[in-house]
Amino acid sequence: MGKVSVVPFGPQHPVLPEPIHLDLVLEDEKVIEAVPSIGFVHRGLESLIVKKDYNEMVYVAERTCGICSFGHGMGYVEAVEKIMNVEIPARARYLRTIWMELSRMHSHLLWLGLLADAFGYESLFYHCWRIREQVLDMIEESTGGRVIFSVNKVGGVMKDIDAQMLGRFVEKLGDVEEQICAIRKNFLGDRTVQMRLCGVGVLTKKQAHDLGCAGPFGRASGIATDMRIRGYGAYADLDFEPIIRTDGDSYARCACRIDELLQSIDLIRQAAAKIPAGDLSVPVKGNPDGEYFMRIEQPRGEAVYYVKGSGKPYLNRLRIRTPTFANLAGLCETLKGADYADVPILVLTIDPCISCTER
Amino acid sequence: MGKVKKSPWVLHYDGSSCNGCDIEVLACMTPVYDAERFGIINTGDPLQADIFLITGGINTQNQAVVRQLYDQMPRPKVVVAVGTCACTGGIFKECYNILGGADTTLPVDIYVPGCAARPQAIIDGLVQAIELFQKRSNKHDAIERRHKEEEGKKAHGKVSGE
Repeated sequence: MGKVSVVPFGPQHPVLPEPIHLDLVLEDEKVIEAVPSIGFVHRGLESLIVKKDYNEMVYVAERTCGICSFGHGMGYVEAVEKIMNVEIPARARYLRTIWMELSRMHSHLLWLGLLADAFGYESLFYHCWRIREQVLDMIEESTGGRVIFSVNKVGGVMKDIDAQMLGRFVEKLGDVEEQICAIRKNFLGDRTVQMRLCGVGVLTKKQAHDLGCAGPFGRASGIATDMRIRGYGAYADLDFEPIIRTDGDSYARCACRIDELLQSIDLIRQAAAKIPAGDLSVPVKGNPDGEYFMRIEQPRGEAVYYVKGSGKPYLNRLRIRTPTFANLAGLCETLKGADYADVPILVLTIDPCISCTER
Repeated sequence: MGKVKKSPWVLHYDGSSCNGCDIEVLACMTPVYDAERFGIINTGDPLQADIFLITGGINTQNQAVVRQLYDQMPRPKVVVAVGTCACTGGIFKECYNILGGADTTLPVDIYVPGCAARPQAIIDGLVQAIELFQKRSNKHDAIERRHKEEEGKKAHGKVSGE
């Protein structure tokens, strides 16, 4: 048995855009335990419900995280709408779905870039981010914002994508699809990448299930968890199947996310073909009275929004459970027995979003 | 941007931002916005960094980390606060855990507004930071040169006195 030493990882680390701290207990080059400590980004935004009313809280919910900002806004708004029994127009549901899928694409492309950077492919990192800029251009053209684009409100959406613009987006997504297929070959067909990812950080289906892993991290281990099947937004009208891999290693997680990119393009195409004409929002009167659990599928997995109101403009409780929070337990499990050199890649493969986790 | 002799390295740290500004800072470094054309490079090592880019407000737990990162950077250094949260605390100003903007802990030189700050704004802030860094670095060099000259004179005096 070798000497046991503890190496701190983070909070400031070149591979992490965000601060998380892990104490890695090493025996020679093998990690025997990883102890996470979080709290560097904790803001306490759920407590803002005492200072901002339920309409203003939409903007706070959107700033839970800058990457999956739209999803957080959507989850919160749909929960409030469910409490208030507001039926939003069909067009608004479709528009939300389109923006949600665009957000998912930009998040996954961002992650792919960071992964490429972690295993030393800098050009591939730049290439992923160049593709991502095209998605951001679409978001900017339709909403005016790049990463945080507050278009949700209780009762519908604030901006429209007209038929001409939507046609242009679908055309452009064809281009993006070709480029994604090209990088798919680099990620999944390259021998060096396979050596770095295959068999690294294996999480079995049972482990993933017991630890409650969500999103692509759980799906790569064979768990069919995709909240979009519940049919919120316009997902009930669209035809899709959750993408599942059974290997449970880093390669499967990468493959899962690349395939989801192509799935998102397909979903946007379907939504663009089916989107009905009509209003963007309905007027909302009164205050939320009641409680609701809203579960939606964020780019990183299942997010839960619990909203409770008592007929006053200020809510009683807002609780957000984010996918990275669920996946941290799985991360610590995969780190056990891993090589020290693989730690950055393993931390990345859960697609950590620390701002979400700590709120 | 005037004449720049040095190529400053940038250290980026996420205070307690929501990530929006962080991914925009990263986007600045990629080919579309290409902030590296100004001679900067994003480094993860505070010991080699000249410009400190901080996003997000300060909370009780990260205050010590931020201060330590700043202290580890060699002089001269420039601090850029990116995003509304880093400037004032932003939307989270009233949260129980937020002490305020980056200037509660660090001497901030340049404030970049926006929620999330746009890449164009971040590049503008960076260009100003490079200029300021050059100015400070000139001053720093001048002081060092004067010290050397004085030391040289002293040593020379000793030799001639003997």
